[in-house]
Amino acid sequence: MKRKNNIFYDKTLSKRHKSAKRFKFYAIFSLVLSISFLVFFLCDMFVKGLPALKQTYIKVDITYTSKCMKSYRACIDKKLRKVISRSEIRSIPLKIENNPKLLNTTVSKWLLANHQVDQYIKGHYYKLKSKDKRIVDTLNKENRVELNFNRVFLTKGDSKIPEFAGIKSAIIGTIFTLLVTMLVAFPIGVMTAIYLEEFAPNNKFTQLIEVNINNLASIPSILFGLLGLAIFINLFGFPRSSALVGGLTLSLMTLPIIIVTSRAALRSVPDSIRQAGYGIGLTKVQVVLDHVLPLAFPGILTGSIIGLANAIGETAPLIIVGMIAFIPDSPTNIFEAATVMPAQIFTWAGMPERSYIEKTALGIMTLLTILISLNSIAIYLRKKFETKW
Amino acid sequence: MKFKKKSTLIFTEKNAIIKLQESSIKYILIAASVISILTTFGILFSILFEAIEFFKLKSFYYFFTGTQWSPGIENSKFGALPIFWGTLMITFIALIVAIPIGVFSAIYISEYATSRIRGFIKPLLEILAGIPTVVYGFFAAITVAPFIVKICSYIGLEASFNSALSCGIVMGIMIIPIISSLSDDVISSVPSSQRKGALALGLTSVEATKFVVLPAALPGIIAACLLGLSKAIGETMIVVMAAGLRPNMSINILEDMTTVTVRIVDALVGDQAFNSPATLSAFALGLALFVITLILNIVSLYFIRKFKEKYKVNTL
Amino acid sequence: MKKIKINVNNLNLWYGNNKALNDISLDIYKNKITALIGPSGCGKSTFLRTLNRMNDLINIVKIKGKVLVDEQNIYDKYVDEVSVRKRIGMVFQQPNPFPKSIYENIAYAPLKHKIVKKGKKCDELVEKSLVSAGLFDEVKDKLKDPGTSLSGGQQQRLCIARTIAVSPDVILMDEPTSALDPISTEKIESLMLELKKNYTIVIVTHNMQQASRVADYTAFFHLGNLIEYGLTSDIFVNPKKKKTEDYITGRFG
Repeated sequence: MKRKNNIFYDKTLSKRHKSAKRFKFYAIFSLVLSISFLVFFLCDMFVKGLPALKQTYIKVDITYTSKCMKSYRACIDKKLRKVISRSEIRSIPLKIENNPKLLNTTVSKWLLANHQVDQYIKGHYYKLKSKDKRIVDTLNKENRVELNFNRVFLTKGDSKIPEFAGIKSAIIGTIFTLLVTMLVAFPIGVMTAIYLEEFAPNNKFTQLIEVNINNLASIPSILFGLLGLAIFINLFGFPRSSALVGGLTLSLMTLPIIIVTSRAALRSVPDSIRQAGYGIGLTKVQVVLDHVLPLAFPGILTGSIIGLANAIGETAPLIIVGMIAFIPDSPTNIFEAATVMPAQIFTWAGMPERSYIEKTALGIMTLLTILISLNSIAIYLRKKFETKW
Repeated sequence: MKFKKKSTLIFTEKNAIIKLQESSIKYILIAASVISILTTFGILFSILFEAIEFFKLKSFYYFFTGTQWSPGIENSKFGALPIFWGTLMITFIALIVAIPIGVFSAIYISEYATSRIRGFIKPLLEILAGIPTVVYGFFAAITVAPFIVKICSYIGLEASFNSALSCGIVMGIMIIPIISSLSDDVISSVPSSQRKGALALGLTSVEATKFVVLPAALPGIIAACLLGLSKAIGETMIVVMAAGLRPNMSINILEDMTTVTVRIVDALVGDQAFNSPATLSAFALGLALFVITLILNIVSLYFIRKFKEKYKVNTL
Repeated sequence: MKKIKINVNNLNLWYGNNKALNDISLDIYKNKITALIGPSGCGKSTFLRTLNRMNDLINIVKIKGKVLVDEQNIYDKYVDEVSVRKRIGMVFQQPNPFPKSIYENIAYAPLKHKIVKKGKKCDELVEKSLVSAGLFDEVKDKLKDPGTSLSGGQQQRLCIARTIAVSPDVILMDEPTSALDPISTEKIESLMLELKKNYTIVIVTHNMQQASRVADYTAFFHLGNLIEYGLTSDIFVNPKKKKTEDYITGRFG
């Protein structure tokens, strides 16, 4: 390829170029490796979580008699009781109470199958007695077994019965917790940023604050949990496991992000705006609040959304303040015991029953979807309101 | 005369009100800023206070040098050395995974990638950085650990389902974006005149990178690795979900080990009384964690400052 | 007997859609100093960079035409640009010593090019280069000190020394003294006059007095065109084109 008799030919070159190619190969290989981790990992979640979108339902004849009111097991054929979810069976007396006309009738309904049957139908590892397995196979031949959309996942809270466990209470808990987090962290963070950027003189006190913020950003998250335990729960006496305590703990963790991004947003407003304000006789507060702040607002908002996204995924500090209790019902205010989505994922991941694996994966996919949406909104807002000065 | 006096009076009165408003707003802002200081001291003191309670009950010296950790009711011993060891081993594996991949990825992104590729890759790496650690923990426990057990059994080795290796690998994946993004910023800020000078001597671009750009960026790359190290040491969810509870001071990375963060969680979610040594040990471990990550952070900042001074860069 | 070292033939260069160099043709003579002068933005630095293919590093650059060094077109597709730069060295406006010791600054490239092996030969080469650059006496006791510990003028002479160390035929200099104080400038100008005995030198300068002090030949560029080229004495005393005269006399700049 290179003519040997041209005066620029250099015999060391081919070796050096080969060595250069090798080096570049390592570099690009590392990058490909990093990206493929991401891809592999997302695919793995997808594959594991997809089965949870469907649940097995079995068509069963329920006979509502007065005997059922006391011993609800009597309403359903004994053989089928083993394969139906306990949750369905337990709710029969309540149905009769709400609708007395059902007494002495026989209705054919699609009921939730129990989790071992569900795993069997989905082709995963299962633990069924061969007797029960035969029952399911027979029902299957009679077309009385069906995989249908999982209505339970988003409408029910956690449950000790695997097939009846959903993520709703965790989602509500997350919403309450993050409400507290943002209500505390946003004002304090923005005010700190305004002070540091616009008002603070260059003295030791300011340096102390800046060093502190830098430090806070790199403290391991679990230590915030220890702070929450020692001060919010033990000292202040706030209720353990509540969205209030969790939210306050997370707000301290989110402060550095909001402060840093808000400062950057304030800094990007050109000085000419401030000078113009002073030039017409406005006070410093008026200039900052009425002129600089509105212009910096999109950047501040973007930073807060990023902080929010960070807080949603935090688990360790919330475990320490107790938000991994078993919470079947959604909380109704910030003082009640609650759990959050990542903590729910954590709890489910530790459950022995195999059907929790797919639920955990589906929960992870839900969480990741929310995170990606938040980040996309932040990026979209940033691009939309980006003014080139 | 009187008219003039009145108007100046209004002027000074209004001035006073405005001044009051201004300073009260300023004080509110200062109060908000002080909260960050209060938080740091809050963390330090709450941990310190409870840790001191612990050290009143159990020996300080044995904590840092003893090798037996048995928090039973009677005759409990609290030697944390195996726990520190576990953190060390898992972090070490994580760094072996993350540093080469992270630094080389950064080299590619900053030196060889076109801006189109860069625009495509950087968001992907940010996604990797934004994945909650509980998700990595699930991945480690449910996918990586059984895979390692299987592979090891093919080659005749026995691996635990809570092996340090699986935790270390996943933790390494988690800190790749941290190392690569900071290294990328640092390598990109080395002035291009350095590179041009090397190329003008007839060196290939790789030789220019190896001889000139990388040594120049070295303080910043070291800072990035220290940051990754600090994150790995303080990481909780991956190890809580995939590592063991048993303090184990072995060099066999296929065995289960426990870390500082795992023991902190374990000590605080049990049913023990709050003032028992078992529960308080969490704060003693927390204190050790706080001090170590603080030192790492300070050293990392020192390296970044050294780099900034050398090249008068302000974008980091 | 003037020998032509570099023969530029109808060189055209585009930055994306902007044409920066318009049909430039000129000859650079061996062992002479050629100065390129002209107002800012006239293309003289761009032209200088085409002589050692440094423009290839910029993606949007397109080049048409020939640059023949010793009758070989350096833009020929058989020619490796890396090897071109070994024979045609460059010194930049801002001194840019590597963050290494003085010794390593000079020794690295020759070792990589396998001009010398590590050891005595290499030490001799480093000493010889420093002597040629007029820097040896000042640094002979501190060869292990970092290159950045030297003063601005010394750093520039270090850059010249490391360029000489790879034994180029041509040394290109892009405003080498504009960042230096007058004393260092004087030292480097006398260095140039020494160096031209063994090397061909092309220098870009926007200091006309410098061109008249050191250069044998001068080329005047304006807006990407070569307006006039000839002996320095002719250009400055008897310019043929009016534009040249206007620039020389300071009517525009």
